[in-house]
Amino acid sequence: MLGLDKKDTSLLVIVAILTLLAPFILNPFPSGSAMAQFNAGYPDLMQRFVIFGIFAIGFNILFGLTGYLSFGHAAFLGVGSYSAVWMFKLFSYNVIPAIALSVVVAALFSLLIGYISLRRSGIYFSILTLAFAQMSFALAYSVLSNPKFNLTNGETGLQVYADDPQLFHRDSLPDMPHLFGLSMRSTYHLDIGAWSFDFNAGYYLCAVIMMVMFYLAIRIFRSPFGMMLRAVKSNQQRMNYTGLNPRPYTLAAFVISGMYAGLAGGLMAAMDPLAGAERMQWTASGEVVLMTILGGAGTLIGPVLGAGFIKYFENIFSKINDNILHQWFSFLPDGFEDFMVFIVHPFIGKGWHLTLGIMFMLVVIFLPGGLVEGGQRLGNWLRNRGKGAAEAKTKQEPAE
Amino acid sequence: MDAILLQILNGLDKGSAYALIALGLTLIFGTLGVVNFAHGALFMIGAFCAVMLQRLLNLSFQTIDESQKDFLGNPLKVDTPYVEAWFGPETGAAIIDWSVPLAILFAIPIMLLIGYVMERGLIKHFYKRPHADQILVTFGLAIVLQEIIKYFFGANPIQTPEPSALRGSLDIGVMIGFEANAIIYPIWRLVYFAFAAVIIGGVFAFLQFTTFGMVVRAGMADRETVGLLGINIDKRFTIMFGIAAGVAGLAGVMYGPLNPPNYHMGMDFLVLSFVVVVVGGMGSLPGAVAAGFLLGILESFASTTWATTTIPGINQIIIYLVAIIILLTRPRGLMGRKGVMEE
Repeated sequence: MLGLDKKDTSLLVIVAILTLLAPFILNPFPSGSAMAQFNAGYPDLMQRFVIFGIFAIGFNILFGLTGYLSFGHAAFLGVGSYSAVWMFKLFSYNVIPAIALSVVVAALFSLLIGYISLRRSGIYFSILTLAFAQMSFALAYSVLSNPKFNLTNGETGLQVYADDPQLFHRDSLPDMPHLFGLSMRSTYHLDIGAWSFDFNAGYYLCAVIMMVMFYLAIRIFRSPFGMMLRAVKSNQQRMNYTGLNPRPYTLAAFVISGMYAGLAGGLMAAMDPLAGAERMQWTASGEVVLMTILGGAGTLIGPVLGAGFIKYFENIFSKINDNILHQWFSFLPDGFEDFMVFIVHPFIGKGWHLTLGIMFMLVVIFLPGGLVEGGQRLGNWLRNRGKGAAEAKTKQEPAE
Repeated sequence: MDAILLQILNGLDKGSAYALIALGLTLIFGTLGVVNFAHGALFMIGAFCAVMLQRLLNLSFQTIDESQKDFLGNPLKVDTPYVEAWFGPETGAAIIDWSVPLAILFAIPIMLLIGYVMERGLIKHFYKRPHADQILVTFGLAIVLQEIIKYFFGANPIQTPEPSALRGSLDIGVMIGFEANAIIYPIWRLVYFAFAAVIIGGVFAFLQFTTFGMVVRAGMADRETVGLLGINIDKRFTIMFGIAAGVAGLAGVMYGPLNPPNYHMGMDFLVLSFVVVVVGGMGSLPGAVAAGFLLGILESFASTTWATTTIPGINQIIIYLVAIIILLTRPRGLMGRKGVMEE
């Protein structure tokens, strides 16, 4: 279907079903019950899942295929956000032109940065992109927000004010980002028994775009172009010897992944018409690196999994506090209960980043393929165990 | 003339910090071939060694002084630090006052130990993995170290004042023949620069004039051959990692009075230090030091009112601009050698 083989089609279908049914899947617990805090099916969080999913898919096209580790991808996300908000300010709240502009601007921006950074490889490339991203952050944060020439509105963040021109805005249209009149915040609320589900227009827009982007990523992975990118990763020298110039390919990959980031930034602004400089800071670039590695770099589904995983646990872990811990461990004897709470305390609430850092280190050390590799190993292990212990003992895993 | 001199001086303290961190980064890179993203965290831990020592010295017990009353009319409770009780009030107060310089002694063993544990426990397993993996694991380690410090010391900056004798400023202009008040410079910044110069000189002397240093230099040039000669080069490189961690830590200890330490100060310095290393030339120790001071001074020139009115915000981006220009015109940096990091 759609030029995909059977395996990829089923992968795409699974992703499509999961994203479309996400409001159900992410809300498995009745609202009001004690477990309701683990529900993730509210619009704001679901939007973040898919937007960061897009961001990570794009990053993976660069890092997963070519092996070029960019530490400055958040700059493109920020540029996308800024251009979308400018589109809102100048023309109208319609999201389509805003997103289109953010992709175009991010493409130009990444073409410029990529053209310069890709002259170097390896660690130099990482540092160059890092330097560019920090420079863009400094530009957005202070340089481009002076009274004479206010492009980014500095620390406050760029937002739409009542006295902005908004040339194509009409009174009949909602006063927030909309798709031809359908407000991004309009939500259909469905109650079934004790459960309640939210279907948000903004989420579904993001979800559809993500599926299209995922489809494009599959096509890129399976195309001759994707093969070239893999060749860049595995042996650039040999590629040179065979008479191929790797730079156009890597530059194209860089621009494509920059456009994905710009799209994510544009969507972010479309969900909430605000753009701040902190979106471009290098910690934000680090986050997408974390997502991609955690999920599994170089795999199709990995980055999406990683993005969902990090955003879900960020949200849940930050919500847990000591009272909840005491409830959980209340079956233990008193002294031991306090001890357990004391042990777990540093890792929850504000300490979520500690958990994330440790988890990330463990993944890099023991599971370089990320969650996807972990799943595969688990699957192999289960299959081998099913075949009988004797056979498993004699069978040697091939060295990688 | 005096304005130029003042800007050069202003750039020295930041330049010293850049140079020290970049020196440590280059030592690690040159010996072990590892790109250490956790180096900024080591700088930060050094600064928190000073905080920790200050807290330890200020541990005190309470006594009730019947002769004095507090504002409620109750007998006054007096906190006496243990140090003052042990060494007498004057010596004790002096020790507390000098806690930042004293923290140097406190920080050296801690940083060497952290460096040793880090290399043996983690980095050792990453020599054969790609550079991207090294970057990623040390990046994760930086997050973890940072969060641990945040857990114990909170997210707010903590004041670590310099000794009162070294507070205030010095009118340097008068000493070298300018008018009074032309060049006024805080004493602690001079101390920091002198300290950095001593450390940098020490590291270079250690590498140049000791047998150990000679072996390490030989190992940097050709690790395999040194190994074939029957020298345990790995052990020496581990020690160099400890020394590099120590340099970063000491840079952090003394930086506290200039800028109150907080848990993410390391990350802020790290990005710039990487730029410094790249500008200086990956793997070149003199290059790292020279580029550190150069960029520090450049930054200070870009912060003058003349520069910021001509091009608004130039001080924020000058370092990155210079780095980009240098990398494009001299891809190996100012003093980079051929064959380093060019796979």
